[in-house]
This record gives sequence, structure tokens and C-alpha cells, in this order.
Amino acid sequence: MDEAPTGEPPAPLLEAIEISKAFGDFLANDRISLAIRPREIHALLGENGAGKSTLVKIFYGLLQPSAGELRYQGRPIELRNPAQARALGIGMVFQHFSLFEQLTVAENVALGLDRATPLAGLPERVAEVSRAYGLALEPHRAVWRLSVGERQRIEIVRCLLQDPKLLILDEPTSVLTPPEVEQLFRTLRVLREEGRAILYISHKLDEVRALCDTATILRAGKVVATCDPRAESAQSLARMMVGGEVGAVRADSARTGGAPRLAVRGLTLAPDDPHGVRLDDIHLEVAGGEIVGIAGVAGNGQDELFGALSGERHARRADAIRIDGRDAGLLSITERRRLGAAFVPDERLGHATAPRFSLSENALISGHAASDMVRRGFIDRARMLAWVDRISEAYDVRKSRRDPEAFSLSGGNLQKYVVGREILREPGLLVVSQPTWGVDAGAAAAIRQALIDLARRGAAILVISQDLDELFEIADRLVVISGGRLSAPRLKRHADRSEIGLLMAGVGMRPRREGAHAARA
Amino acid sequence: MLLEAVLLTVITASTPLLLAASGELVAERAGVLNLGVEGMMIVGAACGFAGAFLSGSILLGALCGILGGAALAAVFALLTLGLAANQVASGLALTILGVGVSGLIGAGFVGQKIAGAPHLYIPFVTDIPFMGRVIFGQDGFVYVSITLIAGIWWFLYRTRAGLVLRAVGDNHASAHALGYPVLRIRALAVLFGGACAGLGGAYLPLAYTPFWVSGMTAGRGWIALALVVFASWLPGRLALGAYLFGAVTILQLHAQGAGLGVPSQLMTALPYLATIVVLVAISWARGRAGSPAPASLGLAFVPDR
Repeated sequence: MDEAPTGEPPAPLLEAIEISKAFGDFLANDRISLAIRPREIHALLGENGAGKSTLVKIFYGLLQPSAGELRYQGRPIELRNPAQARALGIGMVFQHFSLFEQLTVAENVALGLDRATPLAGLPERVAEVSRAYGLALEPHRAVWRLSVGERQRIEIVRCLLQDPKLLILDEPTSVLTPPEVEQLFRTLRVLREEGRAILYISHKLDEVRALCDTATILRAGKVVATCDPRAESAQSLARMMVGGEVGAVRADSARTGGAPRLAVRGLTLAPDDPHGVRLDDIHLEVAGGEIVGIAGVAGNGQDELFGALSGERHARRADAIRIDGRDAGLLSITERRRLGAAFVPDERLGHATAPRFSLSENALISGHAASDMVRRGFIDRARMLAWVDRISEAYDVRKSRRDPEAFSLSGGNLQKYVVGREILREPGLLVVSQPTWGVDAGAAAAIRQALIDLARRGAAILVISQDLDELFEIADRLVVISGGRLSAPRLKRHADRSEIGLLMAGVGMRPRREGAHAARA
Repeated sequence: MLLEAVLLTVITASTPLLLAASGELVAERAGVLNLGVEGMMIVGAACGFAGAFLSGSILLGALCGILGGAALAAVFALLTLGLAANQVASGLALTILGVGVSGLIGAGFVGQKIAGAPHLYIPFVTDIPFMGRVIFGQDGFVYVSITLIAGIWWFLYRTRAGLVLRAVGDNHASAHALGYPVLRIRALAVLFGGACAGLGGAYLPLAYTPFWVSGMTAGRGWIALALVVFASWLPGRLALGAYLFGAVTILQLHAQGAGLGVPSQLMTALPYLATIVVLVAISWARGRAGSPAPASLGLAFVPDR
């Protein structure tokens, strides 16, 4: 609050006093107290599972606290449903958008407004608000045609039409390109100048330090600190958030120069579903010993590229994809694994593992092509369990039993298991998508280190990620995917963040042949 | 006057399908897949006949049919919405239940006859040659069914309540997050669907063939269900599909009567083939931009506590 004339802070708009929320035996929020004031951007920092989402759902009336009190403008309140919260002036933009795909932008906005609001003239008001706050939107388009950035703008416009006093944003930047993040921050600062309070939920420390006036840090359901993030360093915030030192990833320079272990030449592939992205003339080489990162906003062809590389879909020509010098474009997943390739898709449950299968069964279904767990058609249980033990030990997978079902593991532990399962086979080529998505900082560091170590042992690694910080941390070269096309690769030490950001937004790419929809800056 | 007679029968053959399918369209737009349409129709038919026979009033009979269909739908709503039971299994069970209940209700009425629903007669207008009786000389149910499907279109696309109903069917979690009562909206949609199916069933013994035989819906409920899907959940296409089905049904009867040398089994299958081909062709040509199937269709919704 640098522009406040006196040192006296304004009275809190929303105050939580000793709020607790239990789900069965699990205490998601444990006596949380915090105060959000007008004209303030208040950060709620914490790792996945720290209790941030539960707390804001209580603020928005979606959940009722087990104990404790909420005060709004000094008066105790009880929020039974979101309509009540909205009537008080509390608006919320969700992390997973609460939009209706088949409806238009204006219809989606109408659903978030009170029953009394007239529907006539709404498209004009949507257009007006989107202009006033720099949130470009077309009211009559159907939502399923829109980019993620545009979808978020719908949510924000929907909130703003109700003139909220408090705006809650749940991890708003996790899906945006850097230019979109800049635009969002400008909008949020305007809203603050108008005297509104903003509760900004994030685990990105640099953003919080750039944007927020106050930060409340949660860990394991408890408030561990309230501070001014501008007066803290990213390291000190991370320490408070994680409750210990986060190991820095050790990455020496790559020793490349060998023949490419993965070579993609002129890969073009039409999407197999109407909402998919067409891969357009992809060229890419990954040499042994290096990590190549593919940056991009979700939905620009990452899933299609992963599917084509892993063999879930065949290329049109055998030589479009070569693994260790062998034509692999028409090979099945298992045949590619036999060539020494390994693949880790981004969906842990349902894609990388079968949720209801035990860890050992999950090891078998991906590893049978290259291991000896099956003898004469019969499963060797002892070897299977020994394999699970090896992965768990090497990658510190914490679990309740020796061989639990996959879905019972936390996200971070399951991800360590899935990545470890592939790395322990010592693949010559590893293609991994979103290796640390939704994983806590400690596990993320361990996974990144494991990838770097594997590369230093001579493997070629391709990392597809939406987390630019992650790619800058581990990749040797960076490529951007946008609208199903790849940019030319850049050495990391020459790469410039703002340039990468523009490429992610589709600016500076070669002109594309068809109107695949990309995010607009 | 053959064409006039054909058109008259086409419309009466189509009306029970249109009524039942209209209700199912609303329920499915709200995200509930009720496979018990056949059961609700047959109970509506039995209740409708019993009501009309005992009271002597077609109107009261129709009301009984509506209530009978809605009562069976209430059982379905309790199971699938209240107890989050599987919608497919519950719907199939509902049809079996409905067939049994209708046999029980109708047991005392087998072979009985009533005077069918009167046809509208407006002096001069109905006497207009050729089209007069087709447009202005139908029974009351026909006009109700046309008003109903037009009203459903208006409700879905022109009112806030209709928008909310579509939203609930598209994404129930988001609708809940916005504060809409998902289960209550779905319950109302299911009851409406049951009432429409009941009315469609009651049309058969009250107007189409004014006597009671058990099992007289003869699979029309299943056809109504299929029409909703092939019409891509759009009211206009639904009306088109229902009349097309009715038309081919009647035409193949006439063709068989005229003694064409085509096996009768093939002719009987013709309405199904024609309806599927036409509606699939329409959705393929127009709907390639994305399927309008309600995304939450058939999924149980259980809110967090």
C-alpha cells in the first residue's frame, strides 16, 4: 500500500478467524486467520495440498467451515452458497474454469449473474467491460472455440459485471503465456486502484513478489507466516512454503555432439478428433547427453506430438521419426520401447498408470517389452515386487504399503514412481510431458535432477512442459510449439524469455496454413 | 382423398412419439438419461384409459396419463438423483416396472372400449377441401404436442430458466459452483419428461385406437429415445424426425396394402432406416463443428459436503 497517505491500514474487508475445515480425519484447514483489506492484492501462497483451495471455497460459500468465524466489513457472516457470497460482493475466478463449453460467451456470463439481471443488452455490456479493462472478448462465440486465456477473461468479466469488492483468483497464471500474464497484471493493478481487494492464490514466487502487497503462507493446512512479499527473497518465501531448504538442481553444461538419438523430419499429422491440433511439418533432433525442452501454452499440439512420438498414433512415413538411426514412424509403442525409448505422458492416473492397478502391475504393463517379469507367459511376482522396491528406493516413493494401488499415492509420489519406472530401464531416449505438473517442490527438484543425471549418462531427453521456469532450469536447448508448429531451436544460454513468450503466443512463427486457434497476446 | 387420409394418419401416428420424445429431450438437456420412456408411456396409457373409462372424460383420462408417467419418473428421480444410482440400469428397470404396473392397472379393462377423443371441427375452415381436415380437423392432443415442442424451443433458447437447464446438462459441477440447484433442476426435468411420456402413452388408448390392450405402446418409447439422440437434442429436428418416422410407417403400410413384392419384414423396418439415415445425414452435414450432446448426460452428480 505504497500510495496510502498514512501508515494506518484500512479496516479489513474480509476477515477469517480461526477457520478450520475437516474432511473425515483429514484437517485441510487448521485454525487459519487472515485479513484482506480494500485496495490490496493479497497473496495466498502454498504448495499443492497446503489447503489454499479449501480456504477460498469457504470464502466463496462452496464449503462450510467446521469451526471458526468469517467477518465481512466487520460483521460476522455465514456463507451457505456462492450466490450469497456474490450478493455480498465476493467474486471468484476458478483455476479449472467453471465454463459451459456448448454455450456462448454472453450466455456463460449470464449464468454467473443474479436472476434479476436482464438478459437483453448483456452482450453489449460484456463488450463494454472487456474494453474498459483490456480483456478482449467476443460475446457471441461458443466457448469451446476459445483459447485458455480467453476463457479466463470470461470468468474475470463475469465477476466484474457484478462490481465485486473482493475478487478471488485461483492460480490464474498457470495457463497463460507471458504476454497474457503481463496483461492480467495490468488489469489487476487497475482493479486495485479502484479500491477493490484481490486474493491471489499462487505458488509462483516471482509473480507474488512482483504483484502482491501482502502474502499469507500456508503449509499443511496452517498459516506459517504473513509478510510483505516485496521485502522477502524468492528463497526465503520458498523456505517458508516448503518448510525447509529446496535442493537446487545441479546442471553442468551438456556434453553433446553425438549423432541424434531422436530425429523427427517433416512430421505432419491431422488430428483424430475435431478439437485436436494438426501437427504441421515438425523437424526436431535430440542428441545423446542433451535435454531439449518444448515450451508452449496448453492445447497447441503438445498432446498430439507426444502421441506421435510415443507411437500412440503412427506417422505417415516410417522415416518421419527415427530412434537411434532406425525408422520408427510406423512402429508400435512396444516396438519403440524395444529400440530403447521410454515415454512418460502428462496424465499420471489413467494414462501413465491404471488407477486401480497396484504399482507392480503398473510396472508390468509398461515394462514387459523390455524386462524379464514374464516367463513363458506367467508373471513372476517376486521380480515384479523387487522392481517396485527398486524404483521406490531409488526415487524415494512414499507409500502406505509395499505394493499399493496407483490412485492411493499422492501426485508427487506417483509422479516419482512413473518417472523412476522409465529411468531405471536406462532408456536411450526419454520423452516426458509435464514431468512436475502438480508435484510439490521437493519431489519436483528430485525429478528434474533425475532427468539431468540420465542425460549426463548419455540419454537423449525431450521434455514437453508448460512451465517455462522448469525448462529454463533443466533444458540445454529450447523449442516453442504453437498451433501445431515448432519454432527453430534456441540454445538456452542465448534464449530470451520475452522472445520465447512471444513465440508461445504465436507471434513470429511461420504463417500457418489453416485457422487453428491460438491464444492472442 | 387418399392423400388427405394418409396425411391424417401420419400425424396421428407421429403424435405419441413427438410427445414422449419432447419430454425426454428436456430431461436429457438437463443431463439425465432416462431409458425408462417405454415404461412411463405404458403406465401413462394404462392410467389414461382407466381414468377415461371410469370418469367418461377424455380430459380426465389424459390427466391421469400425465400423472401416471410423472409418478414413475418420480421413482426414477429418487433413485438416480436422490441416491445417485446408475441412470442406465435404473432406466431399464423402470421400463420393466412400468410394463408390470400397466398390466396390473389394465387387468380389469382388457377388451373394453371408449369413445375416442373428438376431432376438432371449425365450420367452413375444416371444410376447406384437401388440407382443411389435416390442419384444422385433428384431435386436441395433436395441437398440444405441436405447442409443446414449440414451447420447449422457446423455453430452452429464450428464457433464463432454459439457459440454466442447458448449463446444468453441459457441466453440472460448474453449475453447482455458480450456485444453481443442480439436483432440483434435474428432478423437475425428469418429472416433466415423465409427464410428457405419460401423455404420449395416454394418446394411444384415448385417441389412436380407443380400447385397451396390454403392451399397446409396442416399443414407441424406445423409438422416442432414439429420436432424441438422432435429432442431436434439437427441438426442431426432433419434430422433423417424429413426423418422418410417422410418415414412413404409414406409407409402408399402404405400400404393403398395394401388394408390392417386397418382404413385409423389410417394409416394417423402413421407418427406422429412413429416420436414422435422414437425421444422421443432417447432423453429419451441420454438426461437424462439434457435437451438441449434453456433456454431463448420464453422469450422477454428488455435491461435496
